[in-house]
Amino acid sequence: MLELDTITAGYDRLRPVVREVSLTLAPGEAVGLLGPSGCGKSTLAKVAALLHRPYAGRVVIDGEPARGWRHTAPRAQRTAIGVVFQQPRMSADPRLPLRDLIAEPLRATGRRDEVPARVGELADTVGLTGELLGRRPHEVSDGQLQRACLARALVLRPRWLICDEMTAMLDASTTAALVAVVEEYRAAEGAGLLAVGHDSILLERWCDRTVHWQTPPTD
Amino acid sequence: MTAAVLSVRDLSVRFRMRGDRHVAAVTGASFDLAAGECLALVGESGCGKSVLASALLGLLPGNAQTAGSATVDGLELLGADERTLARSVRGRRVALVPQSPAAHLTPVRTVGAQLEETLRALTATPRRELRRAAVAAAERAAFPASHLDRYPHELSGGLAQRAATALALIGDAPLLLADEPTTGLDRDLVNRTVDELRRHTDDGATGRALLMITHDLAAAERIADRVAVMYAGRIVEIAEARTFFGEPGPLHPYARGLLAALPERDFTPIPGMPPELGDLPDGCAFAARCDRATGLCATRPDFASGLACHHPAAVPGERSAAHA
Ligand SMILES: Nc1ncnc2c1ncn2[C@@H]1O[C@H](COP(=O)(O)OP(=O)(O)OP(=O)(O)O)[C@@H](O)[C@H]1O
Ligand code: SF4
Ligand SMILES: [Mg+2]
Repeated sequence: MLELDTITAGYDRLRPVVREVSLTLAPGEAVGLLGPSGCGKSTLAKVAALLHRPYAGRVVIDGEPARGWRHTAPRAQRTAIGVVFQQPRMSADPRLPLRDLIAEPLRATGRRDEVPARVGELADTVGLTGELLGRRPHEVSDGQLQRACLARALVLRPRWLICDEMTAMLDASTTAALVAVVEEYRAAEGAGLLAVGHDSILLERWCDRTVHWQTPPTD
Repeated sequence: MTAAVLSVRDLSVRFRMRGDRHVAAVTGASFDLAAGECLALVGESGCGKSVLASALLGLLPGNAQTAGSATVDGLELLGADERTLARSVRGRRVALVPQSPAAHLTPVRTVGAQLEETLRALTATPRRELRRAAVAAAERAAFPASHLDRYPHELSGGLAQRAATALALIGDAPLLLADEPTTGLDRDLVNRTVDELRRHTDDGATGRALLMITHDLAAAERIADRVAVMYAGRIVEIAEARTFFGEPGPLHPYARGLLAALPERDFTPIPGMPPELGDLPDGCAFAARCDRATGLCATRPDFASGLACHHPAAVPGERSAAHA
């Protein structure tokens, strides 16, 4: 289970953007989180991905409460979760060729020997061919870069995937292609998914269930 | 029929790259856009849509070579010098609603200060009226007056987009160019943003022309009069929005695949990826992904009567005739 238990979070203690929100994902379950712009969905997604420390509340990953955030999160917890964001250009190191971008989590966790096989396999899955893998982020399109970011999120075989507006800047065909990659991965590995977004037609087609966040924006 | 505000003829943009390579970002684009009319330009990411927009704003990088012609309000934009572009084009004849508003806004100045600065540059608003005019400008794009003192990084994606839209609307340019204006917005905000753009198109005695570049087909369907589909740097189909989204649907196989990929339709991707713009095939650039391709498609189809395809989907009436 991935449990978000009474989370309060934000950027100003006096005006948190997420207030006492709870959400539980069963193993293998795909949950779509829908809500208006600015309601705090991305903030909650970052908390769930252990990238943003909440002011209050607990994140529990497969029974273990989260014990740290960002680089202080224990490796076993950090690597249990794969994350894809809306803006691939803001989350991708501009110096790294796509091949190394995908391999980065393997290198960072001392699993270099797995790089050739795993990167090759994932590049295939997301539809990136040989020559493209040698290019840097500014030399590829948003769609191609997002394919690489999705491959990177899957490279450690996470049990949980968090996709925050993964396809918001992509065309319909690339969207359908990336969703198909996520679903194939989930079918093979039994991973759970939290997909955050505002496209109810997309998330209702994609996920087992959707949760509508009603809180109006606090700003 | 009103005279065209924007007239694009055989427009091509190529980028010179290292080692004598070229990237053909836009090739042979031709279309007209009249006042009061909205044309949606749709296509896969990286197909050349934004380069076309940059060409219309005179914002191409130094390694770009252009050919053809693009006139706005009678003024030729291609090859215009920087002074003309700065004084008579950007903000005045062509206004841009940008793709990444957060990057487009100046990070160290509040939204209110940026609106006031643009008002000073483009209108004759007296100094003491500036604040009130800024509030009114914000209001036009549904940007809350309570947030005028915020810096861009303190805004959600939706509010940043509205701030950028408010800036673009100030100069009352006859051509409004919106590059992915709704990325990251929720459906209500998408609808409000594009309705606002549509209202701007219909505004005034003759109205304005709106070229909306988008991957959001629902937004295009909502406000566009016509749809232009771009693939690998070429416009492959231009059609009335009504028949494109309704019956009989698009005629070009790529456009049909794009619509079929929507989650409310088949949700099936077009197989494969588009070709590299630096390494285009001689024939139809869609052939490798096209289920209608034949040997004929090794020759590039001409763009005629709004379509570039050797084997377009038959419209129902014609299908029976062809097979009779
Ligand atoms: N670094 C920051 N500093 C201050 N405020 C912030 C920061 N990041 C986000 N916010 C504010 O927090 C609120 C929630 O932002 P968040 O990005 O989580 O919204 P969202 O639901 O993902 O919205 P959107 O769909 O528009 O991206 C917004 O009011 C936003 O302006
Ligand atoms: S010209 Fe041929 S390959 Fe190209 S879209 Fe038409 S049928 Fe397909
Ligand atoms: Mg968000």
